[in-house]
Amino acid sequence: MAAPLLSVEDLRVEFGVDRNVFPAVDGVSFAVDRGATLGIVGESGCGKSVTSLAIMRLVSVPPGRYAGGAIRFDGQDLLRLPESRMRALRGGRMGMIFQEPMTSLNPVYTCGDQIVESLKVHSDLSARAARDRAIELLDLVRLPSPAKRVDDYPHQLSGGQRQRVMIALALANDPDLLIADEPTTALDVTIQAQILELMKDLQDRTGTAILLITHDLGVVAETCDEVVVMYAGTVVEQAPTAALFGDPQHPYTVGLMAAVPRIDVAADRLATIEGSVPPPWQVLAGCRFASRCPLADDRCRNEPPPLRAIAPAHRVACWHAPIDGAAA
Amino acid sequence: MIETIVNRLLLSIPVLLGVLILGFVLVQVAPGDPARVLAGPMAPPEVVATIRERMGLDDPIVVQFMRYMGRLMQGDLGRSLISNKTVISELGAAIGPTVELMFACLIWSIPAGIAMGTLAAVWRGSLVDRVIMAFSVAGVSLPIFFICLVLIQYLGVKWQLLPFIGRGGPLWTVDGLRHIALPALSLGLIFIGPVARMTRSSVLEVLRLDHVRTARAKGLSERAVILRHGLRNALIPVITLIGLQAGYLLGGAVVTETIFSYPGIGRLAVGAILSADFPLTQGAILVLALAFILINMIVDILYALLDPRVQKK
Ligand SMILES: Nc1ncnc2c1ncn2[C@@H]1O[C@H](COP(=O)(O)OP(=O)(O)O)[C@@H](O)[C@H]1O
Ligand code: SF4
Ligand SMILES: [Mg+2]
Repeated sequence: MAAPLLSVEDLRVEFGVDRNVFPAVDGVSFAVDRGATLGIVGESGCGKSVTSLAIMRLVSVPPGRYAGGAIRFDGQDLLRLPESRMRALRGGRMGMIFQEPMTSLNPVYTCGDQIVESLKVHSDLSARAARDRAIELLDLVRLPSPAKRVDDYPHQLSGGQRQRVMIALALANDPDLLIADEPTTALDVTIQAQILELMKDLQDRTGTAILLITHDLGVVAETCDEVVVMYAGTVVEQAPTAALFGDPQHPYTVGLMAAVPRIDVAADRLATIEGSVPPPWQVLAGCRFASRCPLADDRCRNEPPPLRAIAPAHRVACWHAPIDGAAA
Repeated sequence: MIETIVNRLLLSIPVLLGVLILGFVLVQVAPGDPARVLAGPMAPPEVVATIRERMGLDDPIVVQFMRYMGRLMQGDLGRSLISNKTVISELGAAIGPTVELMFACLIWSIPAGIAMGTLAAVWRGSLVDRVIMAFSVAGVSLPIFFICLVLIQYLGVKWQLLPFIGRGGPLWTVDGLRHIALPALSLGLIFIGPVARMTRSSVLEVLRLDHVRTARAKGLSERAVILRHGLRNALIPVITLIGLQAGYLLGGAVVTETIFSYPGIGRLAVGAILSADFPLTQGAILVLALAFILINMIVDILYALLDPRVQKK
């Protein structure tokens, strides 16, 4: 088997100073193959954004700190790369889309200029050629009349259109990996579907791998090959999409699934699990999910469950897995 | 853009009218009798009375104001009671030097303030930041006359590096530059503080925004991120602040010109007020008000140029 394009190994990212240091990401591991789509799901605050920013090495240090582990991209450990080489990767072989299309573009430059700026950092295209390429990219993300829109400022576009521009920007230099941190969360439902379809379609054409971060299992089901479920800074379950949906093993994942059909409350689908994620600064001896878990017992509360394989490619961090009768 | 300018001009009409009324009333209630000033301290009371009558000073104040406005409309600001030259020609001679002083002050203090504020923001919490902020607090809190006197004492008197009395000629001559250096330095020092502080907080605020993270994710160098995506956006509120500081700056110019015997509008205004030369006082107030309006108009235009969201409404 070929080495994966990206592999995150036992990543730990901390925030804070002195005695108030807490891990926002605590021993996370996963891998993304070339051309594949990996989803990361979990409730808000469980460390998804920090994980994705860490891959771009964009966590602000301080208050953040890369406290352990490795992030291997095409063999090189990004956490040990000199800043200049890291810069060449950002926006080059790795593109990123963020959650907030309304604020992710700079309001004082035209969309075209912002794409051109990225093209110019990573290639020596002439001004003319870069502009043509920007128009081509806007066409690729299906922005209507791209030759005209290229000179528009972000405030002249709708949220969905801005997210298209962000995608064009992220894809400008033909990245091998596209990181999308909740790319559709801020958009309304019909636009969400369009943007996801666009990303899938572009992936088929360009062969880029996608790391899709979301709190929405519905999105994962439609787009991902494999899923990582995160809870309170750790991976609690990881499986191919079909296996995860067919045979969810972690009580948290099962809780998420139970919440899925409630599309009418789209914004907080996951809130149907009782209670909330413990804040990362809360020190817990055992399983971090214990306070909300219907199966929790004394062992759960005292010993953290390790992530272990219960089937090839299916890993779970729960003392009670495999759950009797939960298998389909 | 044209619309912005026209709007601005229309808005400035009531402001101007207000200034005219205020200037007129202030001169009326100020001590001193213009007829007495014109006639001279030794003139007999009958002469003064005749002059009062001829100048219409015994008419109701509203009538006097209307008469004043009527003449103003025709471009007649009257004559100085002291020099008997027209107010227009007196003001005309003083405007050039004041514009030069403003220019010489702003041309260095705005870029310096912006650069200092940006450095302080980028190195927030460092020694550089603390030194820059201490400097700007000093600039804001020290009275301008004190700064002028300290500079005169050292650069002028002790080390004899620069002249500190009067104007040496137009700005493009060596003597002109040498003479304007100290006044422009003093006036600029009080202006740097607010600009640096505003730039610092504005840059810090902008650097936290989402689009800056996007800029980093594009692979830009930290320098490009700070200048093109931080400072560029941060300038929008800084420009507004500069407009708001215009009055402060004009006030500072009055003090600076007086201390350095620099023949501009500010010193003219002070001289006119002290000698109860009321046509000249009113003229000077009018010019200062116009300058204030003009500076704010330039600021509005710059604002529209810097922020595309304003232009394309
Ligand atoms: N810049 C920061 N400073 C301090 N804490 C942070 C910072 N960024 C994230 N965190 C903490 O890390 C945790 C995970 O956040 P995040 O990765 O944004 O969650 P999400 O899964 O919703 O994307 C949160 O508890 C948050 O408080
Ligand atoms: S380890 Fe225990 S508390 Fe944690 S998820 Fe499994 S059953 Fe629940
Ligand atoms: Mg997030």
